[in-house]
Amino acid sequence: MNRGARSGLFAVAALGMAALLGWAFAAAPAFGAPSHPYGDLAVQTALAGRATANAIASVTFDQRGLDTMGEEFILFAAVLGASVLLRREPDEFADPDDDEGARDRPSPGPSPEMIHLAGYLVLPVVVVVGIYVIAHGHLTPGGGFQGGIVLATALHLLYIAGDYPALRRLRPQRVFEISEASAAAGYVVLGLVGLAVSGAFLYNLLPYGTLGQLASAGTVPLLNVAVGLEVGSAMVLLLAEFLEQTLILRRRPGGGSNGARA
Amino acid sequence: MTGPLPYLVAGWLSLVGVYGIVTSRNLVHAVVSLSVVQSSTYVLLLTVGYRAGGTAPVFTDIAPGTVVVDPVVQALALTDVVVGATVSALLLALVVQSHKRSGTVDPDELRTLHG
Repeated sequence: MNRGARSGLFAVAALGMAALLGWAFAAAPAFGAPSHPYGDLAVQTALAGRATANAIASVTFDQRGLDTMGEEFILFAAVLGASVLLRREPDEFADPDDDEGARDRPSPGPSPEMIHLAGYLVLPVVVVVGIYVIAHGHLTPGGGFQGGIVLATALHLLYIAGDYPALRRLRPQRVFEISEASAAAGYVVLGLVGLAVSGAFLYNLLPYGTLGQLASAGTVPLLNVAVGLEVGSAMVLLLAEFLEQTLILRRRPGGGSNGARA
Repeated sequence: MTGPLPYLVAGWLSLVGVYGIVTSRNLVHAVVSLSVVQSSTYVLLLTVGYRAGGTAPVFTDIAPGTVVVDPVVQALALTDVVVGATVSALLLALVVQSHKRSGTVDPDELRTLHG
């Protein structure tokens, strides 16, 4: 199909879709409507029964903990899939001394010293922020998913600072593979402990404590830590695969048998 | 008065993202367009969950009983973001492989090549 015909088909489909969306939105509750029965129940449950100040964390890790386990394993499977897709081809070889991919850069040269320094200075601060966001996930906006991303970002400040070899040393992939898998397993183990103690998977078996204290909300902080480790490790592994493609892997000379790339 | 504007923004984002995929000349651009479609679902979820005058449903420094927005859809939006990130990662990995095999990232040229 040529581009013109494709655009025409899209225009017809888009008009139909827009009409259907308009029809659906016309019958949807008005923006800002006061009636949210499920939201009210979730807030009541989070505050009265479960001493979880962050009602979203209560929904995510306590009231619907099973869904979050599925979500965690979607991420796990995606990292696995990306690792398989980006594995080293038979006609590629690793060249870690390739001056951080200088060949791919239009103008190779040292990165400015200030950026270098800023990367090293900000790294520890970002690590602390990441740990804070994970540890206070049940009290303030944040949690395992968000904090895990912050932790993974911290390591990659080294890449921004232009020190890819340091990032490679700080990021032994085997270690992160193990921490990702054990954090994912930790979530399941917490669920199984709940099953053994009470007969319900992911039962919140710890004392709830006082609303607003660091030690409150039962197992929610523990699940946050498991998810934070899992997400952080998964992101590090994922970015490692992509960086490896650009900076490390090189095609063997004369080995382009299955590709049109010259 | 915002009226139905947030709903219309969500619908617009979704359609404009599909337009980007349909007319794309670069697979990376197509993946980013898909992210735009996905972001329309964030807007839709947060629109559905908003309550007039509501604040964030985090009760560390507000009294219980304060008007808050719906925490259920916020948890759904969190799931949405995670799934969106994983989908983008997998699709970008496929783009890298496709470029290795066929030497192009233009979806129109992919048909004419075997590889």
